[in-house]
Amino acid sequence: MTNREKYDQVFIDSFSVTSDQLNESLVYQSVQQWDSIGHMGMVAALEEAFDIMLETDDIIDFGSYTKGIKILAKYDVVI
Amino acid sequence: MKSFFNDLECFSNSIAFSTKLEQITYEHLLKDIEEFSIHFRSRKLAFLLCENRIESVLGYLACLRTGVVPLLIGSSIDEELLLNLINTYQPNFIWTCRNFDSLNKEWKMTILNRSYQLLESIDQFEHSFHPDLALLLMTSGSTGSPVLVRISYKNLIENASSISESLSISQKDIPITTLPMNYTYGLSIINSHLLNGCQIVLTEESILSKNFWDLLNAKGVTTFGGVPYTYQMLRRLGFEKMHLPNISKLTQAGGKLDPILVKYFAEVCADKGVQFFVMYGQTEATARMSCLPSKDAIRKAGSIGIPISNGSFYLLDDSGNLISVSDEVGELYYKGPNVCMGYAYSISDFSKSDENEGVIATGDLAIMDKEGYYYLVGRKKRFIKIFGNRISLDEVENLSQKNGYSCICTGIDDKLIIYTTQEDLLNELKDMISAKIGIHHSAINVKYIPDFPRNDAGKIIYSKLQVD
Repeated sequence: MTNREKYDQVFIDSFSVTSDQLNESLVYQSVQQWDSIGHMGMVAALEEAFDIMLETDDIIDFGSYTKGIKILAKYDVVI
Repeated sequence: MKSFFNDLECFSNSIAFSTKLEQITYEHLLKDIEEFSIHFRSRKLAFLLCENRIESVLGYLACLRTGVVPLLIGSSIDEELLLNLINTYQPNFIWTCRNFDSLNKEWKMTILNRSYQLLESIDQFEHSFHPDLALLLMTSGSTGSPVLVRISYKNLIENASSISESLSISQKDIPITTLPMNYTYGLSIINSHLLNGCQIVLTEESILSKNFWDLLNAKGVTTFGGVPYTYQMLRRLGFEKMHLPNISKLTQAGGKLDPILVKYFAEVCADKGVQFFVMYGQTEATARMSCLPSKDAIRKAGSIGIPISNGSFYLLDDSGNLISVSDEVGELYYKGPNVCMGYAYSISDFSKSDENEGVIATGDLAIMDKEGYYYLVGRKKRFIKIFGNRISLDEVENLSQKNGYSCICTGIDDKLIIYTTQEDLLNELKDMISAKIGIHHSAINVKYIPDFPRNDAGKIIYSKLQVD
């Protein structure tokens, strides 16, 4: 799996969305399943998928599908 | 005893509520309440669709001050569940920021305040209310069960006062909302701080949002509460590294926090000079029944503490005998002036008097240690708590049946486990339950089972179901 595929799969699994919903309008609380619980699940899944540990500020800033790509870049994960 | 809704005049120029964009003094709040209350001329029933906004608390306080009986409902309630509640209880008013197409005909809009509108029923139903009845809360917000808890004016006043005493709340405290206002613990934070004339910061933002922490810092917030899940998130966020110079008091209730986390927070809070209080409560006790004093947080990690002022606990064994020794398990009973009047299953129950007479069986199994501190060890009733919300397993089964699924439920806190014989419908069932009860799908596990385990009488043997 490429990093992009892994990244997308985390969103699909965490928020019950389809691949055509994976774009800049997928933001925190924009779909019912992306609530605080979904958010923590996503963080845990990303950490496992990419073997990283996200910092407090990055967990809080992780407000959208596109923002996440920039945040992961800080951890040398290129989507 | 001072009332948090009637005795607000003395706080005149202090700030009552603030949000990101607005702040309102007690004086201004009272003026708004007065304007709002011209529609509340007699004892009627109002549904308040709550969000943590000035409009919601305004509607709530106007009800309490005028004798209108409010039912507090989460604003994001499923429309079908709301219609069911409307049909069951025939409210005269609905205070909401949502538009409901299905309500257009029988309702007229009477007043607007900020983003909220007051809908008045054209066909006014005449309820008969017991004079003591102040407030209605839902037993389990999310399953949409129409069973309500009847709370009296005395219950509200007493509990706010006891909580205030247990936590030594003063006017210097500035809480921020982290829980829904229609959730008894969230409401009790508002009540106990209004009693002290505090500034209460209202927000719908979660602790995972940057806006929440910006607001918390900008307003100099000193305190907030959380359910176990809130504290799990705070731990993951690295609470020990967070710089929160104004925070002086944290409370935890809404379910049992893992003792390892209790110890972690007790220790980190002690380091930071923050008081950490673990509390225990139920809607049937208006909100809270006990408190573990912050000085005991480390020493007694895992305990629900000692009863709040004017309250007491006792334990009964299976035969109903009082347990008088320490460390023996029994069902936990609570006695106090905050014990609700009883339940309502239909309109006719609103006129009923106090059926509990100050005592409730909590449904929790507990022990008391030698020093009089209580510890929860299990549950007698079939319910679990998911992210602080009590979920009745039987109600989930009923809800599924109504929607055409056949299943049985079990689970542990934060994990609902559903067994169904319909192997091809696992995901569909999970999505339906998740949507109906508003719980994230990751907390629901739907499994296939060829046959439900039953005894000779045909009763389900729940103990045969695996819970992991």
